[in-house]
Amino acid sequence: MLEFASIGILVTMSLALVRALLGPTVYDRILALNLFSTKTVLLIAVAGFLTGRPEWLDLALLYTLISFISLLAVLRFSKYGNLGDDERAKR
Amino acid sequence: MSVIEISSGVLLALGTFFCVTGGIGLLRLPDFYSRAHAGGLPDTLGATLILAGLVLLAGPNLIAVKLVMVGVLLHVTSPTGVHALAKAAYSRGVRAEEDSSE
Repeated sequence: MLEFASIGILVTMSLALVRALLGPTVYDRILALNLFSTKTVLLIAVAGFLTGRPEWLDLALLYTLISFISLLAVLRFSKYGNLGDDERAKR
Repeated sequence: MSVIEISSGVLLALGTFFCVTGGIGLLRLPDFYSRAHAGGLPDTLGATLILAGLVLLAGPNLIAVKLVMVGVLLHVTSPTGVHALAKAAYSRGVRAEEDSSE
């Protein structure tokens, strides 16, 4: 059953990559990457159980945090043109 | 095939179904804001179901606690991230199409 879950997750990741390539606006690409990283978290968890080494879940936990912070950093960069280090961003 | 394995199999199948639905929705929906729904909501539900299936497989130990932590974290960060994404897109001038009811 875990194999089908991992295959389904890989299919979703490929669909997200197709959207990342097709996406007209840059925000479609960020959305596709966000979905891709959420699926990576799931793939780490499922693959950990497949290979009988479930201590990989620390990786999944860490990756969830990193992907959220990186999403907010990319959004802030795309919104203000930089990461908010000048007057215009502080307003 | 004890009851636990069957129920975790069902949960995993449902979670995979919702994940693939989110992926398909990301491709087929016409407009960025409708795609934002597909990118944020179904995969959160799918992730929760898959992690719940894994918790059943793992049994009551530290691994299940970590799985629950990842599930709670995904519940909080994924929709919030997509909301921030839509807000940034709106502020940079991405507008929803008027009516794409062709």
